[in-house]
Amino acid sequence: MIEFRQVSKQFPDGTLAVDDFSLVIPSRKTTVFVGSSGCGKTTILRMINRMIDRTSGSIEIDGEDIVGLDKVKLRRRIGYVMQNSGLLPHRKVIDNVATVPLLNGVPKKQAHARALELLDTVGLDRSLANRYPSQLSGGQQQRVGVARGLAADPNILLMDEPFGAVDPLVRAELQQELIRLQRELDKTVVFVTHDIDEAFLLGDQVVILQKGGVIVQKGSPTEILSAPANDFVADFIGATKGKRALHIDRRDGREVVLDSEGRAAGVLVDGPTGGSKDAPA
Amino acid sequence: MNLLIEAFAWIFDPAHQSGPNGIPIRLVQHLTISLVVLVISSVIAIPLGYLIGHTGRGRSLAVSLTGGFRALPTLGLLIILALWLGIGVEAPVIALVVLAVPPILAGAYSGFEAIDRRTIDSARAVGMTEWQIVRKVEIPLGLPLLIGGLRSGTLQIIATATLADYVGAGGLGRFIFVGLKSNDYPQMLAGSVLVIALALLSEGIFAIIQKLVVPRGVVANQNTDVRTPSSRRVAVVGSPTEERK
Ligand SMILES: Nc1ncnc2c1ncn2[C@@H]1O[C@H](COP(=O)(O)OP(=O)(O)OP(=O)(O)O)[C@@H](O)[C@H]1O
Ligand SMILES: [Mg+2]
Repeated sequence: MIEFRQVSKQFPDGTLAVDDFSLVIPSRKTTVFVGSSGCGKTTILRMINRMIDRTSGSIEIDGEDIVGLDKVKLRRRIGYVMQNSGLLPHRKVIDNVATVPLLNGVPKKQAHARALELLDTVGLDRSLANRYPSQLSGGQQQRVGVARGLAADPNILLMDEPFGAVDPLVRAELQQELIRLQRELDKTVVFVTHDIDEAFLLGDQVVILQKGGVIVQKGSPTEILSAPANDFVADFIGATKGKRALHIDRRDGREVVLDSEGRAAGVLVDGPTGGSKDAPA
Repeated sequence: MNLLIEAFAWIFDPAHQSGPNGIPIRLVQHLTISLVVLVISSVIAIPLGYLIGHTGRGRSLAVSLTGGFRALPTLGLLIILALWLGIGVEAPVIALVVLAVPPILAGAYSGFEAIDRRTIDSARAVGMTEWQIVRKVEIPLGLPLLIGGLRSGTLQIIATATLADYVGAGGLGRFIFVGLKSNDYPQMLAGSVLVIALALLSEGIFAIIQKLVVPRGVVANQNTDVRTPSSRRVAVVGSPTEERK
């Protein structure tokens, strides 16, 4: 569990990027921060591995204040995946994936064997192991980035718009892959995006932020969709207009679901008995 | 043309192939001075340049300081140093170090600065210590530009080491100064030709080294990947007079 208590971050130039932010991020769940550009998502995320140090308040991981921890050790036990993959261009894929275990003194042979397994895990062919990052496609690079984030088997995985720079088809594929991974690995994932669809798809808990890291609403996708806290949220999630503003129309005795433009979105059928993934237990 | 033929005749004259004033001994002197200067300059400039490149601090100070040093006329500096330190090898070595530090320094820090900031940021984020970032990321990726700095520094050292004999330190400059005094133009020209040959040789060697040290994955990167430009401006090696805001 990661707990933010009244955390603020003011940059040296005076910018108050995060103001009095409090949140509990539950273990083994995916929490997604979503909000428009500049609202403080990256700042909040990077305070968890102390790439940015908070100005006030406290951040605890499993009850331990991270201020007392060694930055380098802390970062080595938290996976970090960023938008441009951040791979080392002069190292082969396999060495990139093995970076953290090698830093931790794991013997090279063992680290490499584990790195190959991780390539399997993220759905990459082992034959790519000896390539350099520049010889991979953007989507492949992101997968390597995820593999590297998982290499030290961290409990926490921080992902900052990891799929932001790949085309929509590859993005959809990577999102499905992450959902599969999360089912297998059960990490505490903290994910940043400004794509509300991505947030609803991946998040167990979705946190909608406004400038200064102000939480406008948090909850499961269903909770947010069924009761947007205000007009801003309703607008942001597209509940007033567009493909989420659906209504039912009766045609020839069947119920057809239409969007706000009157385009057919589907038909109503009996729901699966399992219910949605975030239905109240 | 005739003079050039005479100069080559002078170079290949068996009388100049040995003895205390022969070509080999002057060549060795010239190379020794150059090498000593290169080593001293590197020991000063590389760590300092790495420090500036890694921290991003002190750059403008270093630029103006080395720019100022570079503006000093080497001959004038040499004479002042010789008056102070006396005849011998110390004065030319110091004067040449002053000359060679700026390009090597610029090569060292611009090599670090040219690296994509996000690469370094992610190295830090996965848990590299600052020292590991320098060793495993910045030094290998900055090597091509450092070698470029060493290359231009060495060229200047070899060319300017000709002045060393002005204060009696020997080297290939001896032939030029002796030739000048005795109106022996073939000998003068022979000295110049030898210096030029040495300079070309060093250029050739550095050109090869420069090819070899480019990290493997980066070659491909430079050709294909235009999506990840450096966020810091890249200083041009050899002309560190450009101010960074
Ligand atoms: N190093 C810094 N110095 C000063 N201000 C900064 C710094 N980093 C970020 N900021 C400011 O803090 C605010 C929040 O930035 P942050 O990067 O957290 O936004 P974000 O939500 O991640 O945006 P995006 O979606 O564009 O990535 C912005 O106003 C930004 O300009
Ligand atoms: Mg961001």
